[in-house]
Amino acid sequence: MATLLAVAVVGPLIACGDDGDDGGDITDSGTGDVSVAATPSSLTMVVYDSFPESGSLTDALAWFTADTGIAVDVVVAGDTGTMVSKAVLTAGNPEGDVMFGVDNTFLSRILEAEVFEDYAAAGLETVPDALTTLVPDGEATPVDFGDVCVNYDVTWFEDHDLEPPGDLEALADPAYAGLLVVENPASSSPGLAFVLASIASFGEDGWRDYWTRLRDNGVEVVDGWTEAYYEQFSGASDGEKPLVVSYGTSPPAEVVFADPPIDEATTAVIDTTCFRQVEFAGVLRGTDHPTEARQLVDFLLTPTFQAELPLNLFVYPANGDVALPEVFTANASLPADPATLDPATIAAGREGWIEQWTDTVLR
Amino acid sequence: MDRHRPALTTAGDPPGDVVANRLPWPLVAGLCAVPGVFLVVFYAWPFARLLARGVSASAIGDTLGREVTWDITWFTLWQAVVSTVLTIVVGLAPAYVLARYHFAGRRALAAMLTAVFVLPTVVMGAAVLALLPGGWERGVPAILTAHVLFNLAVVVRTVGAVLDHLPPDLEAAAATLGAPPWRTFVEITAPLLRPAILAAGSIVFVFTFTSFGVIRVLGRAGTSTIEVEVWRQATQLGDVGAAATLAVLQLVLVAVAVIWSARQQRRHGRALRLRAGATRRRPRPGTERRFVGLVAVLTGAVVAAPLVALVARSLRGRDGWSTAAWRGLGRSEVRPGIDLGIDPLGAIATSLRTTAAATLIALGIGVTAALGIAAARRAGRLLDTGLMLPIATSAVTIGFGILITFDRAPVDWRGTWWIVPVGQALVAVPFVVRAILPVLRSIDPHLQEAAATLGASPSRAWRTITWPFLRRPVVAAAGLAAAISLGEFGATSFLTRTGSATMPIAVERLLGRTGAVLQAQGYALATILAAVTIVIVLVIDATGGDRRT
Repeated sequence: MATLLAVAVVGPLIACGDDGDDGGDITDSGTGDVSVAATPSSLTMVVYDSFPESGSLTDALAWFTADTGIAVDVVVAGDTGTMVSKAVLTAGNPEGDVMFGVDNTFLSRILEAEVFEDYAAAGLETVPDALTTLVPDGEATPVDFGDVCVNYDVTWFEDHDLEPPGDLEALADPAYAGLLVVENPASSSPGLAFVLASIASFGEDGWRDYWTRLRDNGVEVVDGWTEAYYEQFSGASDGEKPLVVSYGTSPPAEVVFADPPIDEATTAVIDTTCFRQVEFAGVLRGTDHPTEARQLVDFLLTPTFQAELPLNLFVYPANGDVALPEVFTANASLPADPATLDPATIAAGREGWIEQWTDTVLR
Repeated sequence: MDRHRPALTTAGDPPGDVVANRLPWPLVAGLCAVPGVFLVVFYAWPFARLLARGVSASAIGDTLGREVTWDITWFTLWQAVVSTVLTIVVGLAPAYVLARYHFAGRRALAAMLTAVFVLPTVVMGAAVLALLPGGWERGVPAILTAHVLFNLAVVVRTVGAVLDHLPPDLEAAAATLGAPPWRTFVEITAPLLRPAILAAGSIVFVFTFTSFGVIRVLGRAGTSTIEVEVWRQATQLGDVGAAATLAVLQLVLVAVAVIWSARQQRRHGRALRLRAGATRRRPRPGTERRFVGLVAVLTGAVVAAPLVALVARSLRGRDGWSTAAWRGLGRSEVRPGIDLGIDPLGAIATSLRTTAAATLIALGIGVTAALGIAAARRAGRLLDTGLMLPIATSAVTIGFGILITFDRAPVDWRGTWWIVPVGQALVAVPFVVRAILPVLRSIDPHLQEAAATLGASPSRAWRTITWPFLRRPVVAAAGLAAAISLGEFGATSFLTRTGSATMPIAVERLLGRTGAVLQAQGYALATILAAVTIVIVLVIDATGGDRRT
């Protein structure tokens, strides 16, 4: 197959009788500088695509520049999965110096490929143990967390005089038949998180049976979050489903970005259905500036940066000393006991679980 | 030699070769080498690097041994074939009417078709969801509808470029002999159009075979093409081996189809004694006017529907209509202290810059390639096929390939601004070639011979004979390349850096986040994308000497 390719593209050059002068003349790039200076003028931080390109979060990075004289360039690498795949492919010769935002469903891929240098960040003592135990040896630095939960349309349930479902089990209750829309775990990160929530709750033996019951109860499956939330969910679109798998912070986001402004969210979270997602940052192995990159990771845990996370990424700061904005305390509920799974367990089970889920729900 | 009937007697070698042999061979070699080097450096090398990284005997064995691989392959194939046939059937009438008749709104209709071609998939998805009756909005009918809508412009432009130039005397003769218009079309026009239809068909096939966004937005959950599966394996599961194997499988299947089509095109290619300049006229009163009117109105309705849906979504507020999204486009701060994080207006500027660069690259490479392909024999065919490969290759594998290939000095190019337009040009070049080649091959070789006999130098003969025929397809190709670059999502999304988000990328990011303001602004930006496309296509068409006869 590779031969076919080679013939198809190289063939014309040879067959045209070209004398080869213009063959590989690609060496005169002006951008190939390798910086070995003691202190770099800038560092590059690789992020996922919901990271804002402007605003208070990127403004906060200016404090790092003010302290150290080093500017921070932010590079968007795609959705989290794409960012992780790119980082794995370029492990050892990275696209930047620091990476921000790998979550616990992807962390094992990063650790297996040794994408990060081990580093215990200054300021780690402000981070709750529940987060740091995932990376006991400084394999990565927890920077924020949030949940994937079932959201419901408050108005719909009021209008229909129905209590919203109380937990995962209730979603399979015929009283809620045909009301839930979920994302395909094969292609969607919240979709996968919700399947993980069911595995954490019902165990590796019981979760398929749970999904069989959900299927029989008319669960709607769509490919991605946008289709679920903005086409099917009655709380945010013309759709007819009052229950959707989304984020624990979707209600405050609805308030912040409402038009015209509203005071109180019209959607809410069923906090017994949540799966905890923890996001990590790390120093990319192979960086030319490891010392400064570590300084930047330290900075990511400072209150200066952490305080800007909630309203920019709709996540909770990992630094426990940082106060939450009011729109969060009023509209988001942080579940006391969210479902979790060990990153290594997720990595080992992920592909098989997705196949089993597909067999159970779609075939 | 029967000089009166050259059009119908050609067999064997395509006439292009005859023209070709009049060009000096070093020039032909140069014409092939430039696009060849471009293709090797920016496509073959990165793709080969990725394959070397991912493909192994066990990866191939595992991937091809899974039953689901073949389910996906079968679905990919049949939906592409059905989509292609439907698009051609639906597209012929508008292609004919737009190429042959003058009527009010003709140019606007052509530009709208092209605008639909570059609509972001999310937008098309929303439109199809809004248009189709309940129960049909997700699944195969929705996928086929979106594919036809998207690709109508390919058929209209590619077939239209040849229809534009077909000599009217054969059709006139048939009419004189009493053939009704439909019979003239079926027996005279359609056979002459066969190469162009095949050319358009092969492009539509490649596009629908490698469909990604439409499948994700409109397919039922679990519906997957090979392209979707490559993306999923590469990015969500991190299995580069499976992704690379599937990418090669996709490439081989598309290559087989494209090679078959190219062979068919050559077999049916003939010198048509094309006329320079349009043969367009106003429809005659009666049946003809009714036919033109009906086709124009129906086509207009079909292409307007997604555009109208788009505008409507941008104007939707929480309680009825609202222009807030439009008023807020310039400000990134939506509330005190709350920033959108995406600069929609900046995306417009980035898009225009990127598109200008990509169009120039694509035209330079594409025109050179078309001339080389028409001139060289076997090498031409190889180059022709080779240039199609990038659009048949999954965007993820090209993006990842570039990432791991241009990663250290002296080719540390992964953060350079021009890698995005180069990636877009890779996708646009085959369209430039496709728009020009059928015309180039159809130029009556006797004209060139006559010029040579009269003592014209090859370059003079080329300037006075070939170029007048080429000017319009080159302009059409520029419009298509610009439109493709503007709407390109796949390769761009893997190559783009911060601050270089183009409009489709910004639209996708806006629509992918929670919040009414973000949604409405996403649709407003998509509306601007469609409008900018229409304007660009109109301007390029207008400068293309769209003369009346």
